[in-house]
Amino acid sequence: MPDFLTAEFWQEYGTLLGQATIETLVMVASSTVIAYAVGILLAVVLKLTESGGLKPQPVLNAVLGWVVNMGRSLPFIILLIILIPFTRMIAGTIVGIRGAIVPLAVCAIPFVARMVESSFSEVRPGCIEAAQAFGASTMQIVFRVFLPESLPSLIRGAAITCITLVGYAAMAGAVGAGGLGDVAIRYGYYRYQGGVMFASIVVLIIVVQLIQSLFDLVARRIDKR
Amino acid sequence: MIELKSLSKTYSSKNGSSYEALKDIDLRVDDGDIYGIIGVSGAGKSTLVRCMNLLERPTAGQVLIDGEDITHYQGRHLFELRSRIGMIFQDFNLFTQRTVLKNVLFPLEIRHDGHSSALSRARELLELVGLSDMEDRYPSQLSGGQQQRVSIARALANRPSYLLCDELTSALDSLTTASILALLAEINRTLGVTIVIITHAMSVVQAVCNKVAVIDGSRIVEAGRVTEVFSSPQARITLQLLGLEPVTAAAPAAAGATGTINAHDPSDTKREVASDA
Repeated sequence: MPDFLTAEFWQEYGTLLGQATIETLVMVASSTVIAYAVGILLAVVLKLTESGGLKPQPVLNAVLGWVVNMGRSLPFIILLIILIPFTRMIAGTIVGIRGAIVPLAVCAIPFVARMVESSFSEVRPGCIEAAQAFGASTMQIVFRVFLPESLPSLIRGAAITCITLVGYAAMAGAVGAGGLGDVAIRYGYYRYQGGVMFASIVVLIIVVQLIQSLFDLVARRIDKR
Repeated sequence: MIELKSLSKTYSSKNGSSYEALKDIDLRVDDGDIYGIIGVSGAGKSTLVRCMNLLERPTAGQVLIDGEDITHYQGRHLFELRSRIGMIFQDFNLFTQRTVLKNVLFPLEIRHDGHSSALSRARELLELVGLSDMEDRYPSQLSGGQQQRVSIARALANRPSYLLCDELTSALDSLTTASILALLAEINRTLGVTIVIITHAMSVVQAVCNKVAVIDGSRIVEAGRVTEVFSSPQARITLQLLGLEPVTAAAPAAAGATGTINAHDPSDTKREVASDA
């Protein structure tokens, strides 16, 4: 019987894994919130300035689109290193949960921007035209049409973002960020304790499943289409 | 009164080609009219009605509402103007995540109307269109005819003097069409709202309109009182629409009276959201 199924194993490592799970969730949740705060803003600008949008600005749109793509093309592990000075400036440290939240959020911003932009694109142009016809200003259209009409899609996108960040948070664990990835690497890899690695993977799988189910449930509840 | 003077609209694409959707349009809609604008697909009628509330900007010419030149209205003026003109669409364009009541409230929210008066106004309109018992439903739970009734209530929320209808019955069956048109006639009679109806169906014009303009190849080829235009139609397209002249298999009246339609297929020009920039 694998050792992580025994009572002794959980007596010894239960607290460690529980603590690491909480750390992972904190990292994912905080970086998701920050990434959405900035990402939605970028998505609004991208959507409004696109050709045929409400405020076409081809140059701004192209430059911003290029910056977002560039952000998305950087591998997370490299971003983690490039951002060290920035992380130290913002969080005051580059290790632990605090040190991981900054690169995680920065990495997720362009991802979120594209995700939200594509949710906005699902809003029927006819609905936007109707809002215009009733005299809605651009900002009113953003807050009263784009955001509420695409909300179910935004929530489904948020599930994908969170789950992607669970993976990235594990990677950040490799450079001392804490969380389940950190536990898996320190105990499982460096100390040859396969059971701990396996257990943390199982917890990760459960975390991912729960995130997906929860977001799906909410999205289904609120979608009136 | 809505007046269009020498109005033209040209779409130019990036590759240098251009398409004239409207050429030199002169049109006057008097207060109290139910004015039908009829034409085949791609004749330019949707663009024409969108010039009246500047969802489309004309390339040349003027749009006058109650004698006021609005052609170059921007920002706040434009939003205020549009709130005085209701609009109804072929696909209803209801907000899917809002209830029926909240859809009707939308134009009032935009104008920051006081909540309680807005609510009573919205309920009053739902009663007018016969959907009082459905205010908490969502558009996806309604039939096409019911959705169009909601969109009529929504369009009337700001007590507009004008109601623009873009193919409002094209997605509906004939009985539903008849009831929606009867509702429009009632709104015209009781609320005194001037109505412009864009359609490709002669039956719609015959049912409710007092005046009609026939548009073909981006131009108005015939206009006047429905009784006069229909009793002595002049343009070939009108004769064809009335079924008095055969339509050949090759071209459904494409050349019409003007014979100058552009070879460019207007269905290629993707409808884009109008810019308020």
